[in-house]
Amino acid sequence: MALPPYASPLERLWHRVYLVICAAIFLFLIAPILIIIPLSFNAEPYFTFTDKMLSLDPAGFSLRWYRTLLTFGMINPDNPDTWAWWRDVWENAKWVQAAKNSIIIGFFSTLLATVLGTVAALGLSRPEMPWRRLIMAILISPMIVPIIIVATGLFFFYSMTGLAGSYLGIILAHATLGIPFVIITVTATLVGFDHSLTRAAASLGASPATTFFKVQMPLIMPGVISGALFAFVTSFDEVVVVLFVAAYDQQTIPRQMWNGIREQISPAILAVATILVVISILLLTTIELLRRRNERLRGIEA
Amino acid sequence: MSQVPADPHAAVVTTAGGVEDGPILTVDGQPLDEALARAGRRARWRAFLLVLPLLVFVLVTFITPIGQMLHRAIYNPTFSQNMPRISAWLKAHPDDPPTEEAYALLIEDLKEARKNKTIGAVATRINYDVPGTRSLFTSTARKARRLKPPFGEALLKANRKWGDPRVWTAMRQAAHAYTIDFLLNALDFTRDAGGDIVRVEPERQIYGKLFLRTLVLSLVITGLTLVLGFPIAHLLANLPLRYSNLLMIFVLLPFWTSLLVRTTSWIVLLQTNGVVNDILVWLGLIRDDQRLQMIFNQTGTVVAMTHILLPFMVLPLYSVMRTIDPSYVRAARSLGATSWTAFRRIYLPQTVPGIGAGALLVFILAVGYYITPALVGGSSGQLISNMIAFHMQKSLNWSLAAALASLLLGGVLILYWLYDRLVGIDNLKLG
Repeated sequence: MALPPYASPLERLWHRVYLVICAAIFLFLIAPILIIIPLSFNAEPYFTFTDKMLSLDPAGFSLRWYRTLLTFGMINPDNPDTWAWWRDVWENAKWVQAAKNSIIIGFFSTLLATVLGTVAALGLSRPEMPWRRLIMAILISPMIVPIIIVATGLFFFYSMTGLAGSYLGIILAHATLGIPFVIITVTATLVGFDHSLTRAAASLGASPATTFFKVQMPLIMPGVISGALFAFVTSFDEVVVVLFVAAYDQQTIPRQMWNGIREQISPAILAVATILVVISILLLTTIELLRRRNERLRGIEA
Repeated sequence: MSQVPADPHAAVVTTAGGVEDGPILTVDGQPLDEALARAGRRARWRAFLLVLPLLVFVLVTFITPIGQMLHRAIYNPTFSQNMPRISAWLKAHPDDPPTEEAYALLIEDLKEARKNKTIGAVATRINYDVPGTRSLFTSTARKARRLKPPFGEALLKANRKWGDPRVWTAMRQAAHAYTIDFLLNALDFTRDAGGDIVRVEPERQIYGKLFLRTLVLSLVITGLTLVLGFPIAHLLANLPLRYSNLLMIFVLLPFWTSLLVRTTSWIVLLQTNGVVNDILVWLGLIRDDQRLQMIFNQTGTVVAMTHILLPFMVLPLYSVMRTIDPSYVRAARSLGATSWTAFRRIYLPQTVPGIGAGALLVFILAVGYYITPALVGGSSGQLISNMIAFHMQKSLNWSLAAALASLLLGGVLILYWLYDRLVGIDNLKLG
């Protein structure tokens, strides 16, 4: 954003100030996320930089909190047998169990949300769809309605239907919360979709199923994948519904973090947070690559 | 041509046997408008059938639970189910003072409720309306077996509070399973001894204050996200795509990072021994014993929520600003406007749709926020959602929780409707 050549000295000065302000806001956005990464390698059980860390003394850093993630909840953390030690981790470590639960719930709710959401988005983007606006409003509303209201409603509903404390209940709830993201991303890729392509396929003798898989699917795939990623992240980060309807022993990563922050806050939380930040960087990269692919497919040049 | 199948898409049109004024027919002899209508109907059905599975799914897993919660806000059968005799009498005699018959029925009910172990729930139900009456029910129920007629005097002897007209008004209200009392409570209203709706005493008016605080804090957060979001959205929109895509990571990475991670980071940064206080001490701005309390109060809630909701402001602003043609501002400048005037009169009005979309979205999300205030809000930074959670999990007054949630839901739905009218749900974009 270059200044025009006719800018006055005052405008030049303001431009500098403006850039500094923008840099400060970007710092405000990103610093809180990056600050936890070095702190998670703290050798002391503190949430703040020690003198040793600031002087970059290796003694100030350690992997002890990452080790805690594995050993917390183990039966015998001092077992010398490597194989038995890892088996113990896999079967008993609290954070590992939470991760397993989160992944199982996230996987199935994403699958459900993506399949139902994609099919519905195909219908919604057809020009002849009746009551389009109302139905769209209903399907997007899980994103808008405060999560505490959803959780309260589900608590009453599940205790009546016996879904409380079951994996199915959480998966259904998380799928509902993920659906708006799938609808939004898939309908966005379908905007400007040329419907004569499907008609061309049909006129060449393709069945509706063939048309869908060979013509529509490749075009909307970037939207479907980014919608699925959004749905997965939504489930993977959701804690309120889990707190309200899950059984006591159904721990997930966010629930474990929630308990950790409220009760015995330790830098182990920061180690988990760091891992989650790394995961979100990977997801963001995937989304960005998908977006570029989508633009390339549709002939939009950056 | 007689073999042509009845394809409504058939575009071959012919007129009926050369008759000039007759209806236009398709090739298989049907009137064209009918065939078109049928084809349109079928296409609509096909589109609708694609959406139907998801619609049913959302109705079952989302709309039904919320409907049930709304129902719970006006329906509480605890008293009428567990104290059936006195409830029936109270309903039959809406204005009469309690008689000896009523006292006898009450004692019967108390005995039975004690036997069924439901007396605790009954006592809790009346205790919502008249605080301090829990033990009145439980202790009298314990003694009920030994009470002899005349029951009126026996009851008063067992506990003087049975003479309190407020207890009887509360029972009269609770005898009806359907009640608006919980909604009234959620708005800081109650019933006096005569059953009339009055405001609760000023020191007990907590929900009105809480709604007000939620509203004010949400407005503050919306304002802050606008102030912080506007400059960077403007910068991103005016940079070449190569650079703006790179800088966009600063907005999108927080957006993709777990909410709990971001909240944790703010605890780390803002706590008394945290990074921000350390830096302030190191810079000499404050002394070591003057460390600022920035977390577990309203400041914590506002700062953390502003950070978390900022991307929801930047993204809509950015997408509107991208489409603004820079030649308008240049034209204004060439006509002699100062850069400030050109910005204020030409650029700013064009960003209003983006400001509206971002502000509404941030405000809608802020009023219902739960996790961040619960973790960093302390007691002064709690919002209405936290009160709903409190009544669901701690005080177990589920009907009141449902009533508060219904009011919150009503407000959010109005804002959502407004958003759809002004912005359109179709324009909701992610990343």
